Amino acid sequence: MDAASNLNAAFSALADPTRRAILARLAKGEATVMELAAPFEMTQPAISQHLKVLEGAGLVVRRVDGTKRPRRLAKAGVEAMDQWLAMLRKALEKNYDRLDEVLASMEKQKRGEKR
Amino acid sequence: MSKMTLQTEGDTHVVVTRRFAAPPEAVYRAHTDPKLVQKWMLGPEGWTMPVCISEAKPGGKIRYEWSNGKGAGFHLTGEYLELEPYSRLVHVERMHLPDTTPDNHVETRFDADGTGTLMTVRMTLPDAQTRAAMLATGMERGMEASYVRLEGMI
Repeated sequence: MDAASNLNAAFSALADPTRRAILARLAKGEATVMELAAPFEMTQPAISQHLKVLEGAGLVVRRVDGTKRPRRLAKAGVEAMDQWLAMLRKALEKNYDRLDEVLASMEKQKRGEKR
Repeated sequence: MSKMTLQTEGDTHVVVTRRFAAPPEAVYRAHTDPKLVQKWMLGPEGWTMPVCISEAKPGGKIRYEWSNGKGAGFHLTGEYLELEPYSRLVHVERMHLPDTTPDNHVETRFDADGTGTLMTVRMTLPDAQTRAAMLATGMERGMEASYVRLEGMI
């Protein structure tokens, strides 16, 4: 997958509230499927299905620990999304910085008219 | 100037706030007068808005066309729903990329804040999926609605 389709997958993975809650839990540290399922009224297979989507989107990775498969946040995927959002945020901030200038020149013009 | 804030709210909203040094009347005019909008709503460096239509009345049309001067471009269309000079605007908008995105319902408030203005933009998307798609693709063109910190989402 290229970077853009990875980001698309990551953002659509986040559209689901259960998956956002899973990520919020994993932000606090590694957890097993059983631990992740505990706060939800959902079966483990249902949670596993959500984890599969998150793994496919590059946001979660698993590790092998005996018979357990604990999950944690995938640093690279989360950082890529964070960077993307920072860039978009910057474009909007740039707009408003320009608006500051437009407002300043409107004010100047208004003062000129009063004279 | 104070920093912009940008947060998701619930499953379908995005809320942006920003303070300006000018009074509400000026900020309101800069959002509705096409000659003024054209000067600042440009997104990344190098883009311009060669076409800017903004009929500031209920039912009035909005059409913004952006170009990077190298053959790439896209546009947005919308309609004004409610206008309360100089405190509140409600409009709907959609992007044409060229596929048309679902309607984004936008309420913009301009509240006096000392000698300046606190602006609050509250966007409502039809569903969580659309909001996610807007975040991922609507801004791929680098414009308009750019939102949301990761902390707001997870």
